[in-house]
Amino acid sequence: MTLLVMFLEFFKTGLFAIGGGLATLPFLYNMADKYDWFTQGDLANMIAVSESTPGPIGINMATYVGFHTAGIPGAIITTTALVLPSLIVIMIVASFLKRFSESFYVKSAFYGLRPAVTGLIAAAAFEIYRITLLSIESFLENYNVLKLFQWKNIVLFAALFILNKKVKWHPFFIILIAAVAGIVFQL
Amino acid sequence: MKELADLFITFCRIGGLTFGGGYAMLPMIQQEVVEKRKWATNEEVMDYYAVGQCTPGIIAVNTATFIGYKQRGVIGGIAATAGVVFPSIIIISIIAACLQNFADMPVVQHAFGGIRVAVAVLVTMAIIKLWKSGVKDKLGIIICIGTFIVQVLLGLSPVYIVIAAILLGIGVKKMKGGEKS
Repeated sequence: MTLLVMFLEFFKTGLFAIGGGLATLPFLYNMADKYDWFTQGDLANMIAVSESTPGPIGINMATYVGFHTAGIPGAIITTTALVLPSLIVIMIVASFLKRFSESFYVKSAFYGLRPAVTGLIAAAAFEIYRITLLSIESFLENYNVLKLFQWKNIVLFAALFILNKKVKWHPFFIILIAAVAGIVFQL
Repeated sequence: MKELADLFITFCRIGGLTFGGGYAMLPMIQQEVVEKRKWATNEEVMDYYAVGQCTPGIIAVNTATFIGYKQRGVIGGIAATAGVVFPSIIIISIIAACLQNFADMPVVQHAFGGIRVAVAVLVTMAIIKLWKSGVKDKLGIIICIGTFIVQVLLGLSPVYIVIAAILLGIGVKKMKGGEKS
């Protein structure tokens, strides 16, 4: 039964996540809310693994979620479901390729869609900030503003951000450095 | 049959050897598909990328489907898509299985504590890029920030927002009454 629900959720994601792998992120956070398949903390780990292994990020995340929830059958189901809408849509579009991307309707749709997708991914990122940079629970204990922030993580965030801007390394190395920092500073 | 196997194996290699998907995959596709196999011209690949971005799904997968479909029709599309996805399923399943066994170790937990911060940084970078390329005017800013607030507060299914944004885009352009097509 879970497999069927997972298939439907990922089919829907494949159909409505427009604009590449990270566009699936808002859908995954929505699933973390709705089902007990995985937590939002799990998701952050999955993004890290997906960014540092070969293959499209969207596919890696779907595979990971599927495997985490229901083993290898789960991985195959989620990946198939994610890819299926693309297969169908691309085969239809292939016959009028040029006219499609230059059509008035497609261009206008993207005028509204691009900022909305940016906003959606930012909202998913907010969830990541909430669990990595803030600690709302300890703030609510005695409303001490200093306790609202996870200071060690914020320093690491700033350091990695600057490093990433300066050197433009592959994400894999940023993730590796962060893992070492996590072990050394007991994050 | 040989051509189908070729499609599968070539895209397996592309999927298995590129990190990051999307644009990271483009040089590899150009090398394997355009130069080595001559399945498509550079220009066609760029067209597929352009359309792959504005059709649902993962861009790398969409491009694979296009090339496979062009070579061998529907089965070709399926073979290429299966190829590009196959390495992910194997690699991720192995990693996920390993991590499940080690997840309770303090070292692994601390490592992931740091890694989650890296993820926050990487996603922030991606958002900055998206903002620069996709938010071009006042209405764009309003849509983007509006979506963010609505989504953080209400946590709706993104499906509704995607549909609303598409309709809004078409509506606004129609009202401006530019081109008719």
